[in-house]
Amino acid sequence: MTRRDVVITGIGLVSSLGEGPEAHWEALTKGAKPVVDAASFAPFPVHPLPALSLDAQIPKKGDQRQMEPWQRLGTYAAGLAIDHAGARGLVSDMHLVVAAGGGERDVAVDEAVTAALTSAAPETSGALLNEKLATELRPTLFLAQLSNLLAGNISIVHGVTGSSRTLMGEEEAAADAIRIAAARLAEGRGEIALVGGAFASQRWDMVLLYAPGGVLWQGDYAPISARGAAGGLILGGMAAFLVLETAEHARARGAAALARIGGIASDAAHQRAGGGSAAAAKALWQGMAAPQAGLGVISGMTGVAEARIEEEAFLAGLGSVPVRRSASLLGHGVEASFPANVALAALALSRGGFYPAMDPADAGDGAVERILVTGFGQWRGEALALLEKAP
Amino acid sequence: MKDHLGRPLVAVTGIGLVSPLGWGLDKNWAALLAGTSGITRIRRFATDHLKTTMAGTVDLPEEIAGADPVPAPVRVERMAAAAIAEALVAAGMKEGAFDGPLMLGMPPVEMEWPQRVALARRAGGNGHAALSVASIGQRDLYETFLYGGVGERLALRFGTKGAPMAITTACATGASAIQLGVEAIQRGEAKSAIALGTDGSVQPEAVIRFSLLSALSSRNEDPTKASRPFEKSRDGFVMSEGAAALILEDLDHARARGATVIGLVSGCGERADNFHRTRSNPDGSSIIGAMRNAIADAGLQPGDIGYVNAHGTSTPENDKMEALGMRAVFGEAPPPISSNKSMIGHTLSAAGAIEAAFSLLTLRDQILPPTINHVEPDPTLGLDVVPNEARRVSGLRHMLSNSFGFGGQNVCLVLSAAP
Repeated sequence: MTRRDVVITGIGLVSSLGEGPEAHWEALTKGAKPVVDAASFAPFPVHPLPALSLDAQIPKKGDQRQMEPWQRLGTYAAGLAIDHAGARGLVSDMHLVVAAGGGERDVAVDEAVTAALTSAAPETSGALLNEKLATELRPTLFLAQLSNLLAGNISIVHGVTGSSRTLMGEEEAAADAIRIAAARLAEGRGEIALVGGAFASQRWDMVLLYAPGGVLWQGDYAPISARGAAGGLILGGMAAFLVLETAEHARARGAAALARIGGIASDAAHQRAGGGSAAAAKALWQGMAAPQAGLGVISGMTGVAEARIEEEAFLAGLGSVPVRRSASLLGHGVEASFPANVALAALALSRGGFYPAMDPADAGDGAVERILVTGFGQWRGEALALLEKAP
Repeated sequence: MKDHLGRPLVAVTGIGLVSPLGWGLDKNWAALLAGTSGITRIRRFATDHLKTTMAGTVDLPEEIAGADPVPAPVRVERMAAAAIAEALVAAGMKEGAFDGPLMLGMPPVEMEWPQRVALARRAGGNGHAALSVASIGQRDLYETFLYGGVGERLALRFGTKGAPMAITTACATGASAIQLGVEAIQRGEAKSAIALGTDGSVQPEAVIRFSLLSALSSRNEDPTKASRPFEKSRDGFVMSEGAAALILEDLDHARARGATVIGLVSGCGERADNFHRTRSNPDGSSIIGAMRNAIADAGLQPGDIGYVNAHGTSTPENDKMEALGMRAVFGEAPPPISSNKSMIGHTLSAAGAIEAAFSLLTLRDQILPPTINHVEPDPTLGLDVVPNEARRVSGLRHMLSNSFGFGGQNVCLVLSAAP
């Protein structure tokens, strides 16, 4: 099969630092300070989302009502990406790959039902659960909860109907979403695709999912390099969608390419500690056969200790390249982090610059020609994306 | 051998299957051809206050022996592992070092009520803050309910290569997983892949949520009669569980190692709908598009398709739209179409894979499984649904398997007889 060049022509980016590529470039190049809410989900701090002008991207109130914050956020960012790419007229044959976590639960209902069940006798608790759920669950909440309905809403609201796939599996899912979307375009299965993920950090159901792993940082904010031996991640609200396009298609319609995708690769080391994860990433990097000159790294380091140790070992093997640990400013957005870091890489390449340090441990400086995005999942998964200046 | 687009042909060399009809492919196929229903009253949990009290369920040996029901991700993983293990034996492959990726179609999973209540008791409170703090360090909860957990454990056990990929496209999930595997082989990334769909979601909250969407049949009096795809009095789908795994393999690779080829996956087509969250566009454009795309991807014409394994959920809406799609694609004399769901119910994320597996056996054995419970045809549909009894055929070379999901995610596969 032929292999065609794939470029990024649109970015939809929302984080605690703001909305859109311009706002992120401004904030990050001028020494942004992290935006932190340490109180609402104490003892777990979060990076909250900014207020969104939802009507601008999801004009029908009925559509907004059918979603909860996570789907609204993702649908919103997907629309930003389509606009940024000037691709509104291309949505009917646009392919869609979404990396998704779980949608919202009704936290108040969950707490009320839990209270009822903990005080019920075992022999009546089954009937009680049914009665409570049947009367208290909102019917439409199921649709706001289903993982594939973020993609469903993007199709409904923005008319993206080429195809639709939703990958699950935390950080790794996002890297594979971009990998699959790019590979399909490269081999001639379509000309344009929309890919990304969203993460709503201000949700107790998400805190309860990750807390058992002991991976959540507690107490006051600290940058990743200052989180000590135990480490930990701070959940960051964010959404990032990318419009990918064959270089030829972009050229033909006069769309500016922000960056070229030089390679995306993923693996999952089952034995991570003791060098397994670092070795897996090293093999992926070697497989890319990319020149080291002019290389910069945007690291998806979550802050979780085991993954951090492995990634530091991998990064040390790259030599003295500038590294930026973006989660120190943005927090960790699980399925949204890898796409967000790819977006930041494309943005820097399109501007011909790089970002100043984001974490006290970030070293190195200077203009970069190509950017490696890393994604060491909080539990599993190693992924790399290489972004190059657009031809 | 290459297909009409110069891509490697993709063979299926092993199948494993679990459904309410039993554990194992042969047992399932025999029951299916005999028109056996696997739908029963729900015994797993209390059904007081439920509008629907029946389902297809797959219980684990320890549950049958009296243990508490396991949460969905555990059931999903156990059925998946059984299906993969069976498929590997059929393909003549050893377990533990599979030379290709794992494409895992599975449902979203989350902490369920027993875990939540146990945490609340430990926390001495019901608030999320108390539960979250009390949960710290319970790695089993974390690794069980992370979306990547099931795939990680299956990949470790079966030694698949690369990162396992978990996919969800609602009721089209199993077909999407097969499509991912087919594409990896066509792309030359791998010579073989494990593709599977698995679902084990029959638990109180899931039943209630589907019920609140008015999607489920409430014909509780005789569970075996509840799933009635394309029948006039159909009133909803019946939730069910199961798993099917397919060993996909580059045909040349399969032949070189002397493997038995069960059939081919010769085309995949998809099309997303943007009309409504739970309904197809009334013009049927996206399901028609998905069917046509699959046929075109296989390099075939509609007239080459001799039979269709229906999505056929038994909801009034789906079956009407599927019939409309059939006539749009095939004209006024569409090929026979039957629904496995009349017997095993709707296995949700597993359905696309289970039905692809049955489709491959249909081609191998040249026999169409029936649509049971067909008492009074819906006169508005005008389809030959292979009513009530399996039908012998000859010369069936190519067929279509349809999967249409909530959220507008539609995937169709063209399956072909072994060359």
